Amino acid sequence: MSVVELDDAVAVLGQFPALAGATLRVEEGEIVLLRGPNGAGKTTLLRLCAGLVPLVRGTGAVLGLDLATHRESIRRTVGLLGHQNGLYLDLTVAENVRFWGSTVGASDGEMQSAMQRLDVAGRLAGVSVSKLSAGQKRRTALACLIARRAQLWLLDEPHAGLDASARDELDETLRQAAASGATMLVASHELERAGSLATRTVDVVGGRVHAVIDDVDPRDPGSGNPPAAGVAT
Amino acid sequence: MSALRIARFVAAKDLRIEWNSRVFVNQVLPFAGVTMVIFAFALDADSVLQRVAPGLVWLATMFSMLVLVQRAFAVETADGALDALRVAGVDPRAIYLGKAAALGVQLVVLEVVLLFAAVVLYGQTIPAGGWVLLVTTLISATCGLAAVGTLYGGLAAGFTGRETLLPLLTFPAVAPVLIGATRAVEAALGTAGAVVSDGWPWVGLLAVFAVAFGVGGALAFGPLIDE
Repeated sequence: MSVVELDDAVAVLGQFPALAGATLRVEEGEIVLLRGPNGAGKTTLLRLCAGLVPLVRGTGAVLGLDLATHRESIRRTVGLLGHQNGLYLDLTVAENVRFWGSTVGASDGEMQSAMQRLDVAGRLAGVSVSKLSAGQKRRTALACLIARRAQLWLLDEPHAGLDASARDELDETLRQAAASGATMLVASHELERAGSLATRTVDVVGGRVHAVIDDVDPRDPGSGNPPAAGVAT
Repeated sequence: MSALRIARFVAAKDLRIEWNSRVFVNQVLPFAGVTMVIFAFALDADSVLQRVAPGLVWLATMFSMLVLVQRAFAVETADGALDALRVAGVDPRAIYLGKAAALGVQLVVLEVVLLFAAVVLYGQTIPAGGWVLLVTTLISATCGLAAVGTLYGGLAAGFTGRETLLPLLTFPAVAPVLIGATRAVEAALGTAGAVVSDGWPWVGLLAVFAVAFGVGGALAFGPLIDE
């Protein structure tokens, strides 16, 4: 069973078809980079997979749950991390992870393990999030995703707002998560960085998804024009 | 997991945030105290102050409540936590009930402090026969205020200019609580010639208001924060 299965998926924002027949399959353990210009539909694709945007036409399933009928259930199984981290700044790292874990009934052991995996369990655990660096906040947000058992990570411009060392830190974190079997869809303009993380790259252009040939330079969106527009498997 | 269990986690989280930040103790309580002192300066005469003390206590409560509600949703929007709750599929009824419960706890503390301030600053006395009515009024009015404050706080959270929008939305909606709670506390304290039995119908109004807004708020909160 694929983690994400979209067939001719259409999603509309207002009157505008932000996704105009997207077809995509993502298998367990893959890190798929979505690349494309602003307004191409990358964020909408992520939000569709998160169950936040309704599927207007076509078919789609995330983790085996139908996007047309089980959006609420899908939301509980995926983690969407955008420009903001979704953290409480006046809580400590441990308090944030505990809160997010408690919303799904995670055990103390699971929460501790999530913090250890993201290297925020030691000295940082008792530090208020407002005092953390941007990279440490990102790691804490990812620990919260793990604590609430997100099985599919949807990352929208995960490097935005981070300095060079924080970006390196985040890349290392994502590599480790992928090695542990996490499945990720990453929308990014940081093609060199995100491309080196990804196991596969797809172009999103005009609300449609295009496969990219593996040996094509991920920094050049124009170089991956696919033979069959709208299909990426 | 049940909505009530998640509501408990949300309430505990909000109270923990207040405990860590000390905004309630260092800013909201002093603001409420200063409001009571300013009322005393404005009305001056002891006899007038004692007669209007119940109304002043509830006015100060409502002004302070606005600060609490703004704060309760500022912590949710500062780093996109409210969006994250929505994305995580957390039951919006649980978010609403949890935030309302945390607000209610803070309001009860605030009301007790303000009543104490009325006793100290205005020379107000609380007769022995009025305690049951007074406590019942505090509880029912607090439930109503927390229900309305959380509902409109959630509504205003998504708008620019929410700082000015929130009072505009909230004050008309809590007018029945202001009237009912003031009359009931007047009866409990025996001001303006009222007796204890005069207060119970007002408590009934407060209870109906709290239930109506509590149920309505829990049902409406999801669509409100989804927009």
